[in-house]
Amino acid sequence: MGLVLLVVIWLITLVSTYFFVAKTWWLPPGASAAAAVIDRHFAITYVLMGIVFVAAQLILGYFVWKYRDRGAQPARYVHGNNTLEIVWTVLTAVLFIGLNLMSSSIWASERFRPAAPGALQVEVTGMQFAWYFRYSGPDGKFGATKPELIDPSAGGESAIGLDPSDAASKDDVVTGTMYVPVNREVEVILRAHDVIHSFFVPAMRFKQDAVPGLAIRMHFTPVSTGDYEIACAELCGMGHYKMHGMLKVVSQEEFDKWLAAREAEKQ
Amino acid sequence: MATPESHVHVHAAPQGFLRKWVFSLDHKVIGLQYYFLALTAVFVGMFLSLLMRIHLIWPNVSLPLFGEIKPETYLSLLTMHGTIMVFFVLTTAPQGGFGNYFLPIQIGAADMAFPVLNMLSFWITCVGYLVMLGAFFVTGGAPLHGWTGYPPLSAVPSAGPGEGAGADLWVISIALFCLGALLSALNFITTTLDMRVKGMSMMRMPLTCWAWFITAILGLLAFGVLLAAGILLLLDRNLGTSFFVPLITVNGQMVGHKGGSPLLWQHLFWFFGHPEVYIAILPAMGLCSQLVSVFSRKPIFGYKAMVYAMLSIGILGFMVWGHHMFMSGMSPYSAFAFSIMTMAIGVPSAIKTFNWLGTLWGGRIRFSSPMLFAIGFVSLFVSGGISGPFLAQPVLDIPLHDTYFVTGHFHLIMGVASIFGIFAATYYWFPKMFGHMMNETLARWHFWVSFVGAYAIFMPMHYLGMAMHPRRYSQLTELNYLHNLLPLQKFITYAAFITIAGQFIFLFNLFWSMKYGEKASDNPWEATTLEWTTATPPPHDNFGGRTPVVSHGPYEYGVPGAASDYVMQTAPAAVTTGV
Amino acid sequence: MRALFSTVSIADPAASWDHRGILPPREGDPGGGDGGGVYGSPNFDLRLRRARLGLLVGLTGILMIFISFTSAYVVRQGLPTLDPRTNALVQDWLPVRLPAILLLNTSVLLLSSISMEMARRGALREAALERTASANVAADRTQILWLALTLLLGVAFLRGQWLAWRQLTSSGFAIASSPSSSFVYLLTGMHGLHLLGGVLALLAASAATLLRRAIASCAVAIDVTGWYWHSMALLWVYVLCLLKFVR
Repeated sequence: MGLVLLVVIWLITLVSTYFFVAKTWWLPPGASAAAAVIDRHFAITYVLMGIVFVAAQLILGYFVWKYRDRGAQPARYVHGNNTLEIVWTVLTAVLFIGLNLMSSSIWASERFRPAAPGALQVEVTGMQFAWYFRYSGPDGKFGATKPELIDPSAGGESAIGLDPSDAASKDDVVTGTMYVPVNREVEVILRAHDVIHSFFVPAMRFKQDAVPGLAIRMHFTPVSTGDYEIACAELCGMGHYKMHGMLKVVSQEEFDKWLAAREAEKQ
Repeated sequence: MATPESHVHVHAAPQGFLRKWVFSLDHKVIGLQYYFLALTAVFVGMFLSLLMRIHLIWPNVSLPLFGEIKPETYLSLLTMHGTIMVFFVLTTAPQGGFGNYFLPIQIGAADMAFPVLNMLSFWITCVGYLVMLGAFFVTGGAPLHGWTGYPPLSAVPSAGPGEGAGADLWVISIALFCLGALLSALNFITTTLDMRVKGMSMMRMPLTCWAWFITAILGLLAFGVLLAAGILLLLDRNLGTSFFVPLITVNGQMVGHKGGSPLLWQHLFWFFGHPEVYIAILPAMGLCSQLVSVFSRKPIFGYKAMVYAMLSIGILGFMVWGHHMFMSGMSPYSAFAFSIMTMAIGVPSAIKTFNWLGTLWGGRIRFSSPMLFAIGFVSLFVSGGISGPFLAQPVLDIPLHDTYFVTGHFHLIMGVASIFGIFAATYYWFPKMFGHMMNETLARWHFWVSFVGAYAIFMPMHYLGMAMHPRRYSQLTELNYLHNLLPLQKFITYAAFITIAGQFIFLFNLFWSMKYGEKASDNPWEATTLEWTTATPPPHDNFGGRTPVVSHGPYEYGVPGAASDYVMQTAPAAVTTGV
Repeated sequence: MRALFSTVSIADPAASWDHRGILPPREGDPGGGDGGGVYGSPNFDLRLRRARLGLLVGLTGILMIFISFTSAYVVRQGLPTLDPRTNALVQDWLPVRLPAILLLNTSVLLLSSISMEMARRGALREAALERTASANVAADRTQILWLALTLLLGVAFLRGQWLAWRQLTSSGFAIASSPSSSFVYLLTGMHGLHLLGGVLALLAASAATLLRRAIASCAVAIDVTGWYWHSMALLWVYVLCLLKFVR
């Protein structure tokens, strides 16, 4: 039985590890400035924790085989070893807290600072079950919205309850697809109408809950053009699984053209 | 504080079916009642998960009796699966079931401190369970807001199907559960502090007793917070208050709330929720310590370290709740503080693992069925624990939060390791409770199917998570990048079929052995703790009118020079051992 | 290193013990030391201590409920909320003017604590007398009067709280009118609920006394009820201060 346990534990460990190492199913390619740093730290974590995982399981399997009862010799009558306790406590603490401090500097650089001036502001509104994106237009100001004016079935400006009587609303562009220019920081202002949603763009390594009653500001910088799927990452009701959108990262010229075309449509 | 056997009001064994088996004040009967409640709950919960797995892979299939499962039904199944498993299985069987049965015996007491409260705790919990099941049958059905119940989704009936009466019943059920848990915690703490028999100092208690004691303290401090949160949610839902609900419109309709904070619920819920997961795992850890010692025939390695580790886990467990909220809109500075504490709590868990390995080292391992599950527990705890440090770092939580990575992590620890603790406890204590041994062959089949099956189900979820597959998605057909991940989801479903089927081996073994199992002696495992000194099953007052006197620690196995390879805790003091 | 190796010797195999390791009852020992044996006579000090310990533990649980409410209260006060019309954060906390009757209710409750304490001390005194005196001492159980007074005052307090609610509602502060009023109803209501529990315990203790149950049992019940009652009075003072001063 000891041998069977060893074989099975080792097999499970090695098979699982294989798929981690082979990256058979892995993080999607990153497309934001932060992705490289985050992915690198992910790799460090998973190598270190992988070593611990493999070592612990292999030792477990080995011990249950080696120390099976073979009748003859008695078990070692030992109550513990204080030195060993101290050593492995310190080592574990150093490993865990060390890893955390490393990642904390990345966290700080991402989240402790507000968006850079000149970042493109996009207001992202989540509602059951769609995302809407609002650009402030040439005046750089977002117009007022009124809950009474919200009409999701009408889409676009009515879905977010844009108040046409506010002057700043005149040039606001509301779309169902998010366009941003490459290599420019994007500040998203996250809002939600009804329940908590979460704006998740895997390729950008970006996720933030959109909470009703709050306007949360977060930023990221896309560094390669392309189309990236947006998923909702907080259970929001029966349509949660189909609350997705598309983030299109294009060149600055294409973005300007696109925005100008949307402005023109409004006239 | 150790006192000799004390006066407890119930001594004459009760007569009559009702007083003996229904409204019993005997902690052993109450323990069995909790256990069988959890047993029905776990099969209900497993069945719900089976339906979930089927729906994910074959969304349009029409099942007999149920018909086609709609996406919102999937979410209700998910919600009830989580709620029933966390509360009525993992918080019920290890503590209410085995703790009730064996804590008093292991410390030499005749019963719990307050037998009437004990009975009340069980019945309140039972009513709570029935109320929870009732949610399936009301208009709108069971709620779909997940076991975490975040408002406004859980606070506003128009936010989704099942969020009407079903959600009210869900909250009421949880509130009742909190009440039962608080009363139970009261009993456990008072009993452990005040009813230990002579010679049973705190540092001579088996680690199971320490685990139950610390779990009870966690419960005492945590369930009140959940109860408070539940009351606030009920008020928001029914009396128009706005504790949690800001000004929102659902489908264009204003719902009449304003100013509340959804994050307030999250703080209250997770202040309870994090200790709750330690409540779910600590008894299994205590039992694992017990079993690796008994079945390696040597003392637990580092008894004191194990006690301090459990205490640290308990204390630190109250300081890490924000790690469930890194993406919630909480201050990033708070996130940093919580993440440091979370990494810190990984340390005592690691210490425990090292000590279990240290106990196996140099042992004479006997591969009884309880030991198999204990070894399985260690392996699963390591696997589930290793994914923790990923999630504990906010920067890595950004991609991994709300993906299958999290689902894999907590299922390995709670959904399997903790369940293995329940299995191990069953195989270990069954002989004492029922006077028969469980069938070893069936037990081994059960172990292998469960061990390999659990890994097959939950290890792949980590791969899904790394590929950023979101969780709680009722259908996988909408997001393009999920298409490559479907084969893995299929594999998980097939593994689930087999693993769930394997649990019926256990169910059969459990009931068959009660009547037909090989007759058990009083101490079939040659273990040293007090429950093995009593008759099988123990008499009404546990020790047959006598009072044990304890002179030794609980793990005196392999004592050099002793007559046998174990020295009972109640052996005469003259038998000198290291503790 | 002492823990690693132990010196072991089986010195005295003659200490007779059966195979289950339980020492047989020693002569003259009713099986538990100081008279608290399993079938022995009740040990009052032990029962009292245990009951008080249980109460302390239980009160800790109740404390956590009110700590949660306090935290929600403090957080909510300071929490700005997003006004969707202006997209700006606004503070919407309006303190509630508490009805004056609350002060009267407070006095009633504090008085009831006094009468409760009289009952409690009386019961303990009787229990002490019973243990030391001869069997012919008749218990006079005067604490039943104090219990009745406490009950009366307790019910009066609850009625007063109900009146306070009515006054609040009629002056425009219903439970859902504003966040501050929600908390007033919540905190006073939850306290009232717990005090009602105390009232029920009082009824039970009074019934036990009237039905002339064992003095020791009654004393334990009255003592525990008494301490619970005082805790509820203290809790009320806390709630009142929170509502009055943390605004």
